[in-house]
Amino acid sequence: MTDAAIEQAVQGRSFWGDAWARLKANKAAMVSLYYLLFVTVLCVAGPYSVPHLYTTIYPDYVRTPPSITAYPKADMVETALGDAVKRMRVELKSWQQEGDRITVTVTGSKKLDERNIRYLDRSDTFDDARVESMAPDGLEMVMSAAIKQQYFLFGTDNTGRDLLSRTLMAGRISLAIGLLAGVVAVAIGVVYGATAGFIGGKTDEVMMRIVDVLYSLPFIFFVIMLVVFFGRNFVLMFLAVGAVLWLDMARIVRGQALSIRRQEYVQAAEALGVTRRGILQRHIVPNLLGVVVIYMTLLVPQVIILESFLSFLGLGVQEPMTSWGVLISAGAKNIGSANWMLMYPAFFLVSTLFALNFVGDGLRDALDPKDR
Amino acid sequence: MLIYVFRRLLTAIPTLFVIVTLAFFLIRVAPGGPFNQERGLSPEIKANLEAQFGLDDPIWLQYVHYLNNLLHGNFGPSYNLPDFTVGELFANGLPISIQLGAAALTLALLVGGTLGIIAALNQNKAGDYAVIATATAGSTIPSFVIAPVIQLVFGLTWNLLPIGGWNDGALLNKIGPVLTLSLPQIAIVARLMRGSMIESLRAHHIRTARALGLSRWSVVVKHALRGAVLPIISYAGPAAAALLTGSIIVETIFAIPGVGRYFVDAALNRDYTLVMGTVVVIAVFTILFNLIVDILYAVVDPRVRYD
Amino acid sequence: MAGQTILSVKDLHVGFDTLDGRVDAVKGISLHVDAGETVAIVGESGSGKSQTMMAAMRLLASNGRARGHVDYRGQNLLELDRAGMDGIRGSKITMIFQEPMTSLDPLYTIGNQLIEPIRRHRKLSHADARKEALRLLELVKIPEPERRLKSYPYEMSGGQRQRVMIAMALANDPDILIADEPTTALDVTVQAQILTLLAELQRTLGMAIVFITHDLGIVRRLADRVYVMRQGEIVEEGATDALFTAPRHEYTKMLLEAEPTGRKAAPAQSAPVLLEGRDVEVTFKIGGGFLQGQPMLLRAVNHISLALKKGQTIGVVGESGSGKSTLGRALLRLLPSEGIIRFDGRDIAPLDREAMRPLRRELQLVFQDPFGSLSPRMTIGQVITEGLLVHEPSLSYAERDARAVEALREVGLDPSMRNRYAHEFSGGQRQRIAIARAIILKPKIVVLDEPTSALDRSVQKQIVDLLRDLQAAHDLSYLFISHDLAVVRAMADYIVVMKQGRIVEEGPTEAIFDRPRETYTQELMAAALDQTRFRQSA
Repeated sequence: MTDAAIEQAVQGRSFWGDAWARLKANKAAMVSLYYLLFVTVLCVAGPYSVPHLYTTIYPDYVRTPPSITAYPKADMVETALGDAVKRMRVELKSWQQEGDRITVTVTGSKKLDERNIRYLDRSDTFDDARVESMAPDGLEMVMSAAIKQQYFLFGTDNTGRDLLSRTLMAGRISLAIGLLAGVVAVAIGVVYGATAGFIGGKTDEVMMRIVDVLYSLPFIFFVIMLVVFFGRNFVLMFLAVGAVLWLDMARIVRGQALSIRRQEYVQAAEALGVTRRGILQRHIVPNLLGVVVIYMTLLVPQVIILESFLSFLGLGVQEPMTSWGVLISAGAKNIGSANWMLMYPAFFLVSTLFALNFVGDGLRDALDPKDR
Repeated sequence: MLIYVFRRLLTAIPTLFVIVTLAFFLIRVAPGGPFNQERGLSPEIKANLEAQFGLDDPIWLQYVHYLNNLLHGNFGPSYNLPDFTVGELFANGLPISIQLGAAALTLALLVGGTLGIIAALNQNKAGDYAVIATATAGSTIPSFVIAPVIQLVFGLTWNLLPIGGWNDGALLNKIGPVLTLSLPQIAIVARLMRGSMIESLRAHHIRTARALGLSRWSVVVKHALRGAVLPIISYAGPAAAALLTGSIIVETIFAIPGVGRYFVDAALNRDYTLVMGTVVVIAVFTILFNLIVDILYAVVDPRVRYD
Repeated sequence: MAGQTILSVKDLHVGFDTLDGRVDAVKGISLHVDAGETVAIVGESGSGKSQTMMAAMRLLASNGRARGHVDYRGQNLLELDRAGMDGIRGSKITMIFQEPMTSLDPLYTIGNQLIEPIRRHRKLSHADARKEALRLLELVKIPEPERRLKSYPYEMSGGQRQRVMIAMALANDPDILIADEPTTALDVTVQAQILTLLAELQRTLGMAIVFITHDLGIVRRLADRVYVMRQGEIVEEGATDALFTAPRHEYTKMLLEAEPTGRKAAPAQSAPVLLEGRDVEVTFKIGGGFLQGQPMLLRAVNHISLALKKGQTIGVVGESGSGKSTLGRALLRLLPSEGIIRFDGRDIAPLDREAMRPLRRELQLVFQDPFGSLSPRMTIGQVITEGLLVHEPSLSYAERDARAVEALREVGLDPSMRNRYAHEFSGGQRQRIAIARAIILKPKIVVLDEPTSALDRSVQKQIVDLLRDLQAAHDLSYLFISHDLAVVRAMADYIVVMKQGRIVEEGPTEAIFDRPRETYTQELMAAALDQTRFRQSA
């Protein structure tokens, strides 16, 4: 062995390198990972690129079924026209459609006001209304207007808001909350659990007894108390939800920390005289990371479900802001008349949860030390 | 064994006491009260009502009163449903929730357990993958999605089941709620069973049993399954407590008059006695089922008996 | 004694489907077993010796595939259906395993587990089967058999469980008993008892025994014929005596020579005492805590005194649970203990963690398990130099790296491997890494806690040689903890025999080995070093 050869030490396969290679070989996990990326991009960028705002109400399009062709459909023009004319308080004499414009003749018992055309403009169906001609006596008027082409790929909800933009917006909220509360829960849980596990002894016993007591209270009681305390400010509330979900994490991390502390390589480090900090930094934390990563991917869907659950009960996100739970709740109430209101948000929620689960399982397989 | 059970019951009393105390003060600390929310009650009426229910006493006195009443089996009146006492509300609703929960639990253990065993015996074959896929789906889809989908498919599209309602416990009315309650549980039990059965089948003593030429039935059921049910038992205890005390989602969506809805409504309305009643009922069920779990454990595993 | 051939294995291949593709464990071997004889299959870990017999018994893991012929009295076992196979297993051919603690079902009584195979293979009433079970327990010399029928496995010791396993295996008067390392997990005295029992049972019952082991000492004392396996192939076979006196294959020779040899001379009388323990006591609390009553106290180390001189190796021997590892850790102040511990003339027992730290570089420890003692997240370069971060914090990265290279060379490893991770190395290599981690600090004392026990014999010898070389080069003092008397004899110049936390006997190595005074020591020596046969072959 020459010195030159020593300089070029062979690079080994690190734990994380190994895990990544294994994860890449797991098709379900990788597809899920790409799907999650896709959904995230869709939810973050989507609401800007959809033609409708998630708050815009289209009174003409209440509970409109999803369609890939443009609205309005033929029969809807007449209804919308009738509504508009009714608001003008005039009689509809005749109307006809040429291409994407309509020509309308109305009559009235009093002199007609040209400003009446604004009722056409105000309708969601028409656009660019003009007075074509006015009878000399002012009792008959011919107007024309363009038919406004609108797309509602996912349909609309029961106040006439575009479901596509609402679903994407809801996804943004649900994902953000999942991540936020997940990070809070993991942070608290890791610090608490690692402290208990590393210090051990009486401190550990007391800290874990506290966790036991918190566990024995019904979980939902906790959440509702938090809702009561924090009101309906969702950011605060989900920080709080995160603060409740840390219990599992703390137990897992503590168990791991205890078992790592008993590992011979930690004893070896102690025999070398390594400081507590060094042991924590070089041995406990790197070996805990795997568990934390796995648990985090499993925690995020839990939080999303919890958020949806609370929103479903009306305790979470408040209108007009929305989340998948809010949408599903509305959908569940309207399944008889507008099942798409349930199906689209439910599909997004369930597929995201699926993907998160597959990624979590994939990570567990990739990181599980039993595998090696 | 009896001594053990007795001792466990004794240690349950302080646990219950801690839970009751914690819940009592937590709900009192929350802002608002039963009579001052968006009711438009005049201050006089409010003061009257509070005096009538003893809510103007110092909090420690109320606490002592509550504990005393509780010891005599009296949960107190409900503030928001003034026609009923909390005891009556539970007497009416709890049997309904228990019926649904018990049916769901039984279904979950039977179906989930069987699926898990089938998957474990066919590890990494088609049957196994089918069970895993079903279980993943079942445990991933939240019940507030399952329930409306069941309503939509079986109720509205095929007209097989009523959309909701209790209808004095008619069988058809129970199917939807029980399905919703049991599907996630079936999935979880199947996963657990599969995992623990695979582990159990790998045990050295299973190899011994096979090397001695014991029948497949004996190897799988007598030797592998008995050890494999232990994780299921520990899961089923808390799950049973949760299922039997009602599910707010299922009871809301299917319009079932059980006790699952009380908690949220009561907490939001500061119906203190009803909240406390719910906490006590849930805690008692939890403690009871944890005890049952421990007893079953000792029955299945002799090593536990003498500890 | 040898009769007609009853089991013959021809061109047997065993492979396993793994994530990394197919792994061949057994590569076309042939062997035979004659009625009433004892055949040993010897090999180191991974040689395929166990898988051969597991394949014959059709007990391979689900990803295992076997191909070839296994003929038992004219039937090819590999092609038999499940019912046919179940008729043979437990009745004609039976098997006992290495793990006595887990090979019995923990949830059923001994009686239940004994009666089941009896009734499965013979048409007996429950009462008759119970009588038969009782007879079997007597046969394997279990005291109070009537009471033991109602016992659960966890209420018995490892040796007793192995006796029960044997009783179950012999329940239906089999033709062949396959014993897969049946005594490896047992203490040596128990091991000797079990082997004596097996030899006796064979004489009275007349079954053939296939003995799978890595331990040549057992083979010599028990077997009529031997197959030596290596990497899935049989490299040599023959009668035991012939094979031991005139091995033909290189590998067999290497195995036979792998027995650690040589003796260590005692250091000069005048050598200074480096580490001294006086009345050292370690007590563990078992149980206790909230509402659980008084904890049980276990005195793992009970009033032990010893003095380690410069350049000396003290061998601490004893069976499992004797407290020898606890003693080693207590002397390094890694466990709380009572009594005086003096290092270099200074009492270190009262020192706290901080005060101990600078002394740690002088007092090093090497563990038994080379898999558990190296962090899976660090490169071996980082593992080796971790101590330098503490004790020589002024070193630059390059200097530490250079020291790592030096240390790896010293333990005979290629330094260019230092950026690899522990899981990429074999057991023997890992133990070298663990030794490098200890010696890089240039310590005065190294406590070696069973450093060779997890390794194959041939690797053991290399590690023993390495340790001796290092001792000579650096004038090290060793506290060598081991249950393996052959290794201790080669390593130590002074021996301490421990039993249940106390020193039973101590003295210079020669004296202890040649003239043990205490009965316990004599038993230990006899069990470990006796070369007489358990049974005379006909």
